[in-house]
Amino acid sequence: MAASESLWSTLTAPLIRQNPVMLQILGICSALAVTTSLDTALTMSASLTVVVVMAAGVISLIRRHIPNSIRLIVQIIIIASMVIVTDQFLKAYFFELSQRLSVFVSLIATNCIVLGRTESYARNHRPLPSMVDALGSGLGYGLVLTLIGACRELFGSGKLLGHQVLPLAEQGGWFTPLSLMLMAPSAFFLLGGLVWAVRSIWPEQADAPDFPPHDLREER
Amino acid sequence: MADLNPLSLWRRFIATPNDNRAKTLFVAFLVSLICALLVTGATVMLRPIQAQNRAAEQQARLEALISAVPGISDLIAESGGDALSTVVIDLDAGTAAAAVTPETLEAALSDQANWTTLAAADDTAGIGNRPNYAQIYLLRSGDAVSLAILPVVGSGYGGRIQALLALRGDMQTLAGIAVTEQSETPGLGARIEEPQWQQGFAGKRLVDDTGATRFAVARGPARTEYEVDGITGATRTSNAMTQMVRFWVGPKGYGPLIAAIRRGEF
Repeated sequence: MAASESLWSTLTAPLIRQNPVMLQILGICSALAVTTSLDTALTMSASLTVVVVMAAGVISLIRRHIPNSIRLIVQIIIIASMVIVTDQFLKAYFFELSQRLSVFVSLIATNCIVLGRTESYARNHRPLPSMVDALGSGLGYGLVLTLIGACRELFGSGKLLGHQVLPLAEQGGWFTPLSLMLMAPSAFFLLGGLVWAVRSIWPEQADAPDFPPHDLREER
Repeated sequence: MADLNPLSLWRRFIATPNDNRAKTLFVAFLVSLICALLVTGATVMLRPIQAQNRAAEQQARLEALISAVPGISDLIAESGGDALSTVVIDLDAGTAAAAVTPETLEAALSDQANWTTLAAADDTAGIGNRPNYAQIYLLRSGDAVSLAILPVVGSGYGGRIQALLALRGDMQTLAGIAVTEQSETPGLGARIEEPQWQQGFAGKRLVDDTGATRFAVARGPARTEYEVDGITGATRTSNAMTQMVRFWVGPKGYGPLIAAIRRGEF
């Protein structure tokens, strides 16, 4: 009972309270690049989740036999192999999507979330909790990507998953697409807004200010 | 006495402390071996499906291009059946290549000797080097060529742009274009993939009466019969398209072939 409860909290903690993108600001470069439309964001999230879960499982299985001196190399090799296999799989069965994701699936290998979870969690825990933790992180990443991808596709081209939702002005509707939404900076703006919103709702997530604001009254 | 039973060797290996140098090496070797097998296995097993996907995509784009050319279905019906012929040509000579067939083209192009390095002054498309052979598609009505489909490549803002250019029988009028590969900015330069934009190519003239190449992607809307509408916010991509088309219909590209077709030698 207690075990399943802690598994549940391991799974749900990274969704909002410990979200790897919003709280730890990890993995945002891919979050910028693949969120111009919702379907690429979903595919990328699924690929990352698969990679991080498999890598966490494998690394957790052999955790007692990874020599400390080469542990990062061993982890990277395992992660990179999983990434290549996922990439090849996408190219074979989801050809069109993989073309639009281009190089970013291969770049999962360098995504901080994956190495972060294997290094800080999977290396010290049994396979099941490790995989649950990895799944939670993957889903947390996916949640942010989905939100940003949906916003950018909706306001950038008036579509969701390729279906026209807002009628375009060019075709007689009322909606003029914001081309800014399709450029990389808009992902920064949206992500910043999202982090702001989340930290306003859950103030315990906010970092302590590095330099406390100077109190002017003291000087008088 | 040395115990060579693999099971007990394995147990001894497992029991060895992790900071043992031999174990470190062995773990590294084992992990690399297993990962190499995994990656190789996945690549080799999935390669046929991937090749199929690529070929299917190429074919689909070619068919889409052909069906987009006005009046093409009538032409095909006139000449009856499978009228589109595939020819490998020698770019410098402007004739059908004697030694290379569509089946052997890929092997021929993997040899660097079959590529020409372009001088900076000639290389307006920014591609560096150019194959000596290219596979083109011709549609004939009677003896004359009524449509030629030429693969072209250029360098855009985000990377390589590949396209199929369709020319009418007079070899001076564009019949259409299909972009088969691009990595331009989504929403801006990537709009070269949109059919609405590509439709603007149909009927545009490449050269004027004096023989000078006039074709261009305009800045803003097209004003002359040589121009195609520009893409707002994608000046570099638009310029790349202009340069790519101009290079490939020019003397270093399909120029000799176009001249040969115009002389009726094809």
